[in-house]
Amino acid sequence: MLTNELEGVNKDVYKTDWQWQEGEYTVTRTNMWTAPGCHNGCSVLYYTKDGKVEKIEGDPLSPYNQGRLCMRCLDVVETFYHPDRLKYPLKRVGERGENKWERITWDEAYDDIVKHVREIQEEFGPEAIVSMQGTGRNICWQTPYLSYAGFGSPNFVLGFLSGDACYLPRTTIGHCFMGDFFVADMSQHLEKRYADPEYVYPEYILNVGNNALVSNGDGFFGHWIVDVMKQGGTKLIVLDPSCTWLASKAEYWLQVRPGTDAAVVIAMLNTIIEEDLYDHDFVENWCYGFEELAERCKEYPAELAAEISGVDAELIRQAARAFAGANPGTIQWGLKVDQTVCGIPLAQALLSMGAICGDIDVPGGMMIPRCAYDIPDSYGCGMWNLSDEMLGKMLGVETSPLHALGFDPTANGDTVLNAIETGEPYPIKMLFIQSTNPIANMAADAPRVYRAMRSVSYNVVVDVFMTPTAIACADIVLPCGMSSERNSARVWWWPLRSIVKVADYYEAKSDEQIILELGKRLEPRLFPWNTDVELMTWWIQSGNRFHAGWPHKTDETFPELVEKVIDWPDDWAYRKYELGWLRDDGQPGFNTNTGKCELFNTLFDAWGFDPMPYYEEPPESPVSTPELFEEYPYVLTTGARTWEYFHSEERQVPRLRESHPDPLTDLHPDTAAKIGVCAGDWIWVENMRGKCKQRVRINPSLKPDTVRSEHGWWFPETEGAEPNLFGVFDSNINNLTVQGVTGPTLYGAPYANQICKIYPVTKENDCSPSEIVTRKGGF
Amino acid sequence: MAEKYGLFIDYQWCTGCHSCEMACKVEHGWKAGEANGVILFEDGPRMMANGKYEYNNLPVFTSQCDLCADRTAMGKLPTCVHHCQAACMKYGPVSELAKLAEATPRSWVYVPEQ
Repeated sequence: MLTNELEGVNKDVYKTDWQWQEGEYTVTRTNMWTAPGCHNGCSVLYYTKDGKVEKIEGDPLSPYNQGRLCMRCLDVVETFYHPDRLKYPLKRVGERGENKWERITWDEAYDDIVKHVREIQEEFGPEAIVSMQGTGRNICWQTPYLSYAGFGSPNFVLGFLSGDACYLPRTTIGHCFMGDFFVADMSQHLEKRYADPEYVYPEYILNVGNNALVSNGDGFFGHWIVDVMKQGGTKLIVLDPSCTWLASKAEYWLQVRPGTDAAVVIAMLNTIIEEDLYDHDFVENWCYGFEELAERCKEYPAELAAEISGVDAELIRQAARAFAGANPGTIQWGLKVDQTVCGIPLAQALLSMGAICGDIDVPGGMMIPRCAYDIPDSYGCGMWNLSDEMLGKMLGVETSPLHALGFDPTANGDTVLNAIETGEPYPIKMLFIQSTNPIANMAADAPRVYRAMRSVSYNVVVDVFMTPTAIACADIVLPCGMSSERNSARVWWWPLRSIVKVADYYEAKSDEQIILELGKRLEPRLFPWNTDVELMTWWIQSGNRFHAGWPHKTDETFPELVEKVIDWPDDWAYRKYELGWLRDDGQPGFNTNTGKCELFNTLFDAWGFDPMPYYEEPPESPVSTPELFEEYPYVLTTGARTWEYFHSEERQVPRLRESHPDPLTDLHPDTAAKIGVCAGDWIWVENMRGKCKQRVRINPSLKPDTVRSEHGWWFPETEGAEPNLFGVFDSNINNLTVQGVTGPTLYGAPYANQICKIYPVTKENDCSPSEIVTRKGGF
Repeated sequence: MAEKYGLFIDYQWCTGCHSCEMACKVEHGWKAGEANGVILFEDGPRMMANGKYEYNNLPVFTSQCDLCADRTAMGKLPTCVHHCQAACMKYGPVSELAKLAEATPRSWVYVPEQ
């Protein structure tokens, strides 16, 4: 036995059944997806005994992760049965912030929520109720459905994520550009994976705005990149301010100043067009607006991009030639694409690059995915229940029609924040906060959001642990189940995977049960299902709400899926634009006005937005605010992922915390020496808006003027009540970020391209930022 | 004498994901703060003489590593090998692993005490 690859799996031990007995354990083959959060949905084996998960193992027979697991899943039993988990519904008895609660029954909790919803609906209209979720929890369609069908409100939003700066800028421009999204093709849509004869390894991957090995964003198992490098000789071009492991293995590492990627990518486009390296056939047949794009790109010679980004001009040209010469090439894009004010134009430039190089939807290229069976696994689930009048009230739509028409329609977080603060265009009276902890994680200007959330008269939090957000603002807290405690499914993108309930935990209920039971009390007509299993069968079968053609819907039931474990639909093909699968009229082409990839975007043009890629300097930077930069002389990038944690989760899990005990800020060794600190020392990271403290890690690959800080930190081992509030503002990098500064479409925000100063924490200057925020009205 | 088994690490692909460490800890029931059967040694990014950065990550096995005797007895792989995200570890007879190492640049073979 010399292998851990699929064909070497011992079938006596690992079975294709969905459940079997192994000694004292019942083994269940299913898939893991939240809680805790993740962007993957890996296949696992649960070993249960007496209704409790005792062990977990990666399922080696799954083509998805092939037995592999990350440390968060490996240690998930410790998370599942952590003593601090929420066990019962709770009602606040003290003041907000005091962390005083009484246990109530589910019926009492639902009655309280329904009473408030009815009062608000009558007095202020359903739109006064805002539902929100974070990222990476299995509530992508559940919370929206409850909002649209249960509350009757169009205001479903991502927990105060400024500029909706995660994924939505890319999906939205993808929708306008070619009617679809793309993901790097690592054979993940083929059941035989790399062994499928149709699959071709990419020659180059252009990796922009993410470290996929750690982040696994967009339903993408990051280590697939290692697979194709090892097995297919795939080479890399990496744009990153820091030399990540992938960057160290790259042929071309382009060390961009944070927030300047768009200048580099447009300059690469310019080189490809200028040197005639593009795919003439694809451009002629399948692209619209090439001449206009070529004119635009002329404004971005490599020398200009070099001046803006700090990347050598010749390196930009070489990378462009390498990508254009790759057959196929593909792009692995991620969150940091979205986290600049020019997130949309950067995404547009990357789409344009793939299109003119002929890499769209070819094997090993930038494949066009949709969810298996066209299941509405999206923020639009249930939106069809709203009237046009109510849809028109969605916050953000007046400024940006994209929010109503985008691929993943949501209200805009910045606009919701303004509405809470000003009562305009109408007041917000209730927040339904399902699996998001905004002040610890995704809310820019966290202190401002903390104050806003506290000012809303009635709030409900659904989560697995008591969070700083819940203590700060919740009136009712509902305990939700972990992945092992729910009947659900995963479909981002392909294949469809079962999530089977194998355990219970006190009175925790699954998100499906919660929305169903609450929905039945609010709007029984739109929640006709008796059980979560019936609800899941409806969901699995509810395809073709948004697409007329591909993929075809299914009549599979949830119990059937449970037995299949993983279901690969048979309607997958490459070059779907040739087959007429993408357009609702069944004609060949892309699902856009022109039927082509719109290098010149006709929708944007009609709405008065720039129809082509452009670069915009971060609003605060050495270039745009040179005087401010004298006082705050470092470029601050935030949000690099860690192996141990998914955003703000898992800080209370002992084995994970042991591996990564403190919040870390990376400094170049010269910079550390300049301010007189060593690895492990605590420093203040501060700018015009606020400050936080983190520990120094030395990173010699950074530019000396770049500072790289972690996000998502709170300290569940400390006092939960205010003023400490689990120390949520002590190391919170979002004390420094800003709300309401976005691109013209309201998409894209500068989370990862700020400015700051840094200095050592001393006895004299040490203090509690959490106390400053919660007691002194600071930040 | 029974054939001696060991582990082979193709460490140029080790991304430093710590899955081996956590798999080991969980499998053997060792808690936070307790010694483990494998420890990931990480170096990088480090600038090399050619001007390029390098990461060298290496799982190092302690005397507590029993090559997952319970698992291998029932026909499973050691849990670190099974869960390695980069799939850069292999379990097998040392003699075979040594041949593999000979053909694999920047790799090594771990031979346990027993």
